[in-house]
Amino acid sequence: MSEAAIAARKAFARSRYGPALIGLGSFVAFIVLVELLIRVGLINRFIVPMPSDIIAAFPRVIEEEQVLHRFVLTATEALSATILVTVLGVTGGVLLHRYLLLRQATETWVAAIAAAPLVLMYPLYLVIFGRSALTIVMMGFTAGLAPVILKTLEGLSGTRRVLINVGKSFNLTSSQQFWKILFPAALPTIFVGLRLGLIFSLINIVGVEFLINFGGLGQLINELAERYDLPGTYAAICFVILVSVCVFVLMERLERWLRPVD
Amino acid sequence: MAGVTVPFERVDAGAPHAAPAQAILVVDDIVKRFETPDGVLTAVDHVSFSVAPGEFVGIIGPSGCGKSTLFNVIGGLLDGYEGTVKVADERVRGPHRSIGMIFQEESTFPWRSVIDNVAFPLEIAGLPKAERYERAKHFVRLVGLDGFERRYPAELSGGMRQRVSMARTLAAQPKILLMDEPFASLDEQTRLLLGDKVLQIQQQLKQTTLLITHNITEAVQLSDRILVMTYRPGKVKRMVEIKLPRPRSSEVVSSEAFGRYVAQIWGDLREEASRGLEDEEGRKLREGEKR
Repeated sequence: MSEAAIAARKAFARSRYGPALIGLGSFVAFIVLVELLIRVGLINRFIVPMPSDIIAAFPRVIEEEQVLHRFVLTATEALSATILVTVLGVTGGVLLHRYLLLRQATETWVAAIAAAPLVLMYPLYLVIFGRSALTIVMMGFTAGLAPVILKTLEGLSGTRRVLINVGKSFNLTSSQQFWKILFPAALPTIFVGLRLGLIFSLINIVGVEFLINFGGLGQLINELAERYDLPGTYAAICFVILVSVCVFVLMERLERWLRPVD
Repeated sequence: MAGVTVPFERVDAGAPHAAPAQAILVVDDIVKRFETPDGVLTAVDHVSFSVAPGEFVGIIGPSGCGKSTLFNVIGGLLDGYEGTVKVADERVRGPHRSIGMIFQEESTFPWRSVIDNVAFPLEIAGLPKAERYERAKHFVRLVGLDGFERRYPAELSGGMRQRVSMARTLAAQPKILLMDEPFASLDEQTRLLLGDKVLQIQQQLKQTTLLITHNITEAVQLSDRILVMTYRPGKVKRMVEIKLPRPRSSEVVSSEAFGRYVAQIWGDLREEASRGLEDEEGRKLREGEKR
């Protein structure tokens, strides 16, 4: 390869859009590969539909299945659960960090809850909250809460001693010590917890929509799968991924706003 | 100052005190003990000294002599000790607004730019934004970081980050600057050059400074007096007056007098450092036997 070509390649990799274009190109190449493998019969088309069929199914799913309404419903449930998880999870982590006795008494329980298959609690939630969006939001909230509490606690406890001592040397009040030092220092770890929590929340939200047949994208996926409409099912799954992308983009913006640089 | 002959006198400053009437910092009979699994450990044992306004005092001793414990006691970060620390006749009972601390470890806030790091104490003091940035810029210039105001610590070298910490502490305009081995993690050349920067700042601000270090050249390069400490328990072994002319720069290290001061202090420290080394080796041996 000539020097000019090498220089052009390096400049492309460094450019603002270079990595994004490479990512998009890789994705398109993967889709084309799957399409080819199905067409030549190496992948069974009755298990995995052709990407071209999935793309063709989008207008039908959007028009006939009221996917936008369902998307808004699932996204609203996900956003509500996210807000609850963020506010109560971070507060819980702060309380466990602040009160040693509370931490010693409950940390193991919180860790155990984080690992438990909480989706099995949906019959109980149906009894408590009724067959409504509230049940789904509360299931999402319950599933996402423990990782946020644990990661908030980890972030606050992991603040370097010297930064705390800098705050003390400037005579900071305990409130200033928290807002000016502990919280910003813990933010990257808190956001790791939030991302984990959101994954758990979304899985449970779509899962419970699927199970209780209430509405949203989960119910649509269930219906399309029962009709054996595989391209439609996969098209609906793409909308679930879109919900996830929207919430993650929001989360990333929030993190950049709170902590511009790591 | 290479090739310049500087007069050398071996001067023991005797009692490690500035004249009491002059002293801005008085450390009186400090004893600090710690509970350890092997029993009570006396880290600092009846240490007394005082510092006059504008004076630069170095505290030197081998690892484990209680230097950092003394730093934390004077800075008000450690309690449960005997004795008193007074700043301008006011007893220190915790972190004190008159004492600014620079730590050994990297202590800039990674989420704040250089200017926001330096403006931090001014923000805490409640100064309006425009005024605190104006004052912070002055201290950024003072440590030679103009042009880096909008950079973040991750974009700076270790030496630059330590200068940001220094500017941040100076921005609070403390009466006493307390430094705990601030250049310990830097290479020798950067350390000498930063020593120059400290000398310039001290000259410009007439800043009373207490430097904790285990580096003899650094202590002699910067200090007016050096307090030599014994290995555990940390006691005052000697106070040495450094009669090298001021203003100084790192060129002073090539003078004959500088070499003699270094040799004199090493003479005092050698026995202590050997004890520390033997103690450390013995402890490792015992730990190995236990395993």
